[in-house]
Amino acid sequence: MDWHQLWVITSAPDNVPIVGLVFLVPFYVWYGLRQSFANDRLIAQLEADPALAKTHHRKTQPFQSDWSKEVPVWPFLLRIEFLAALIVTVILFVWSITLNAPLEEPANPSITMNPAKAPWYFLGLQEMLVYFDPWMAGVVLPTLIVVGLMAIPYMDMNPLGNGYYTYKQRKFAILAFCLGFIVLWVGMVVIGTFIRGPGWMWFWPGETWDHNRLIFEINRNLDDIFGITSAWGKGIFGAIVTGVYFAAAGYGTHKVILLTEFNRRVYARMTLLQYLALQFFLTTMLLLPVKIVLRLLFRIKYIWVTPWFNI
Amino acid sequence: MADESPVQPESKGEIGLLEKVKEELKPFQEKLEQDLAGMKAPQKTQLYKSIFRVKHDETPRSRSLGVLSNVFLHLHPARVNRDAVRYSYTWGMGGITFYLFIVLTFTGVLLMFYYHPSKIVAFRDILYLEHDVPFGKLLRNMHRWGAHLMIITVWLHMFRVFLTGSYKRPREFNWVVGVILLVLTLLLSFTGYLLPDDQLGFWAVTVGTNMARASPMLGHEGPLGPQFGMTPYNDVRFALLGGSIVDSNALLRAYIWHCIAIPIIASTFMIVHFWRVRKDGGISGPSPVGLAKEIKWDRLGER
Ligand code: HEM
Repeated sequence: MDWHQLWVITSAPDNVPIVGLVFLVPFYVWYGLRQSFANDRLIAQLEADPALAKTHHRKTQPFQSDWSKEVPVWPFLLRIEFLAALIVTVILFVWSITLNAPLEEPANPSITMNPAKAPWYFLGLQEMLVYFDPWMAGVVLPTLIVVGLMAIPYMDMNPLGNGYYTYKQRKFAILAFCLGFIVLWVGMVVIGTFIRGPGWMWFWPGETWDHNRLIFEINRNLDDIFGITSAWGKGIFGAIVTGVYFAAAGYGTHKVILLTEFNRRVYARMTLLQYLALQFFLTTMLLLPVKIVLRLLFRIKYIWVTPWFNI
Repeated sequence: MADESPVQPESKGEIGLLEKVKEELKPFQEKLEQDLAGMKAPQKTQLYKSIFRVKHDETPRSRSLGVLSNVFLHLHPARVNRDAVRYSYTWGMGGITFYLFIVLTFTGVLLMFYYHPSKIVAFRDILYLEHDVPFGKLLRNMHRWGAHLMIITVWLHMFRVFLTGSYKRPREFNWVVGVILLVLTLLLSFTGYLLPDDQLGFWAVTVGTNMARASPMLGHEGPLGPQFGMTPYNDVRFALLGGSIVDSNALLRAYIWHCIAIPIIASTFMIVHFWRVRKDGGISGPSPVGLAKEIKWDRLGER
């Protein structure tokens, strides 16, 4: 266990924000889900007791029937905003006094940094470079992430859970988002920061960064395993494998989406375009963990090799 | 008075003069007293009224007007959902993000006074800031850490909006505006990374923009790129860097995107974002929980 190496990584000034992230994200996940579960208990209670549902104010916040529903912004909101600004200012001052922003040697194209890392918030993208070629990892997938995020409100046709925390009423949406945001995005940022060392090689936390380490890992393509050698054969084989993947993943997500009676009603509301878009974004997102597993566990690099592009 | 009694002893005349002066000053004294009395109630002065436009007293109506008739505060409604002002619902993340944007604009403008976007000089300016400019180091640190913090708070803001389902009807479009703001925030940070012109920024931007040359059709190493006539001297990467390598043109472009273009674009989208929060009926909740069996499935499409 090389504590020094671990310290060097975590205390690099530009990595300190991720150390913050590693605590803040779990905290807010817990904070949000706690309120979701509280609301879910209330929902269960109201569903079991229709008479209560008629009269109940339907919130978990403290309530008295003679309280007005609204409060004046001045002072009730403004004082909180003022306080928040004050606290953020203090945090920022303390942080800036105690920790200096990094400044390396002047830019020098002839001395490469190893590892050359992007700023931490882009390490998710850089980590994707391990699993996909640059045109996918650097251009296509980021574009799809942005477009997919924008499309969420137009694909989620579940009318429940608008304006309150809940898990039970939106299980699928919440799990899918957490997979994308927490597991994949934040997870890969953490891997990129704490695990990837010189040569973008995998070093477990506490393992010494050995700049001379060589790994003789033999990455194969899926077609090599099947002994396909001709370019045509590879292209067609890859197209079939990719097609099979999307069909299987699509079928799997379809089954999961239609698991409950309620979700089947939501599904019935969707147009074909909405549903196909949802399937497209979900299955493309799932391609990433699939390729991570293929690459890290089975040393398989590409599943589809053509003269023009590889996936 | 002097005209009425022309023959008077000198001493008497002096007393008369003093009284005369006193007499003459009386109106001024009254005015002074008025002014002093006015100072005890500054809100009655013309200056005050001209600035604040409306009278303020401790009535609910007046408090509402105080918010509604103020340029900065009128982003807010006069009254809000009593449970929405609790920290637990919004986590204050949108507001904190906005506040950080303001802090960054402020510290950024101060940094611009000391920074020249050209090779060699840029790096020296940072050294100068760190070692010679009073509070220069603090300034640079605050700008750096504020930017990192802003990224964390935008992510958490997005996560909160998702968990509360606040992107649902009628707020779909504001979520889209939000995603654009997310991208702009990341781009702001990224363009700023190059500006110190040190190894860290140089290699980060080299790695980042190298991906651009792999763009399908638009990059010279991307699928179909060569077929579209792309070379290292005319593809998107060239357009981003103003050259085929990360050099002085790239620095200037990063500077202009970072200090002028993206802040203006982001501010514009923020205006739209806040406007839509209001127009979509204010903050989405916490609203009463809905129950599955109460949904009127056939009437859902109506706004
Ligand atoms: C520069 C970035 C951003 C700023 C300054 C900002 C600011 C705000 C503020 C001040 C609010 C009021 C409520 C709150 O504080 O939570 C808000 C609401 C909202 N934001 Fe953002 N936001 C930003 C980015 C985003 C992003 C990335 C998204 C989503 C992808 C988003 C989606 C929304 C939505 C849908 C609402 C309405 C929420 C509701 O009514 O509960 N915003 N934003």
